[in-house]
Amino acid sequence: MKFLTEYRDPEMVVQYVKEIKAITTKPWTLMEICGGQTHSLVKNGILDMLPKLITMVHGPGCPVCVTSVSVIDEAIYLAEQPHVILCSFGDMLRVPGSKKSLLEAKAEGADIRILYSPLEAVQLAKSNPDKQVVFFAVGFETTAPANALSVVHAASLGLNNYSILASHVLVPPAMEAILGDDENTINAFLAAGHVCTIMGIDEYYPIAEKYKCPIVVTGFEPVDLLQGILMAVQQLERGEYKVENQYARSVQREGNKMAKETIQKVFTVSDRVWRGIGNIPESGYEVNEKYKNFNARVKFKINIPLAEENKECISGAIMKGLKKPKECPNFGIQCKPEHPLGAPMVSSEGACAAYYHYASADEVVLE
Amino acid sequence: MCLAIPGKLIAITAQLDDTFRTGKVSFGGIQKEVNLFMVPEAKIDDYLLVHVGVAISVVDEEEAKLTFKYLKDMGEVEELETPIN
Ligand code: SF4
Repeated sequence: MKFLTEYRDPEMVVQYVKEIKAITTKPWTLMEICGGQTHSLVKNGILDMLPKLITMVHGPGCPVCVTSVSVIDEAIYLAEQPHVILCSFGDMLRVPGSKKSLLEAKAEGADIRILYSPLEAVQLAKSNPDKQVVFFAVGFETTAPANALSVVHAASLGLNNYSILASHVLVPPAMEAILGDDENTINAFLAAGHVCTIMGIDEYYPIAEKYKCPIVVTGFEPVDLLQGILMAVQQLERGEYKVENQYARSVQREGNKMAKETIQKVFTVSDRVWRGIGNIPESGYEVNEKYKNFNARVKFKINIPLAEENKECISGAIMKGLKKPKECPNFGIQCKPEHPLGAPMVSSEGACAAYYHYASADEVVLE
Repeated sequence: MCLAIPGKLIAITAQLDDTFRTGKVSFGGIQKEVNLFMVPEAKIDDYLLVHVGVAISVVDEEEAKLTFKYLKDMGEVEELETPIN
């Protein structure tokens, strides 16, 4: 139990671990959706504290991990156009595309900038009227309002040199795709706190009901995660399958109204190919017809062929909870953070990188 | 990039129309320009949860401080220092 003294409330950590141990009588598999939660579970050694009967598997909630090879290729294509400045969150740069990564394209001379916020990209467009500025708009529901807002803002400024390459992904359809897979062994979900801060929790009730699967909306700090796990296990042991909200200090049932309105204004729900998993119907956002001048795919008439994924990478099985990172034969050998074969080794929110960085997370797999 | 980080609203810097506001938010001393469109109720001295430059909710002060300390101890607030290049 390392790092224990650094926890916000070490006694509560001990208390929750005890309670979880006391009530667990059967083996249960829980999936956390959010990559931030995966990172926190692994980094804080929580996987080692849980009773052996509880297995945590790590879901697809990391945009770096699920953005498809073809979309990375699209971003690289755009970055290599003359007069284009491609802006991206830093984590996306090392994700391998079919031929290269954005980082390699940058080294070859493409104008690629790392930004903290899409709104900075709008400023960049304003101050570079002779350039086309494209923001690589990846992310889950948490990030969608900010990306949508950048479009609304650019439109209100009358900019015609700003657009976004939207690669948004949505949590509930991914949960359904995972639960709908016959091989899946997941008994309960921890839903992502910040996604629900935006969207609220209503979308989860039909999923919990249909798959008889408890869903606990959970924060990302150690005490949050342990409380979320405890709430899920309590339900499982009682045979219940409710939607519960552990993260009530940030999540309201209806979510953030302004954020949801902004999303609806700019985006339309679309199919999306998830790296490792494949196409999931109605699982993404694309820029809608009204704002099509801000859609980089329309503006630049992108027509990139669908790229093959690296077959050596088993990220799909990992994100569906069927395998753990260390069961991948490439883990730590051909595939390391310095030269990732697959996307989950790139970002610290990806399960493979999390396991690689914090080797204490040996648990179940090696037993 | 998926994190939302709590910080204190110290100034309103622009009010472009009824709803489109920006403000200065301090994250343990690091100041950032933050969009306030999603939190029309936010006032100076409120603590806000900020994700990629946009405030997504108003949070309790005590809670915000504890969360910020946790994130800092874990080395998770570096993204705030990403330079504009
Ligand atoms: S270790 Fe590398 S190759 Fe294996 S699943 Fe993870 S990212 Fe893919």
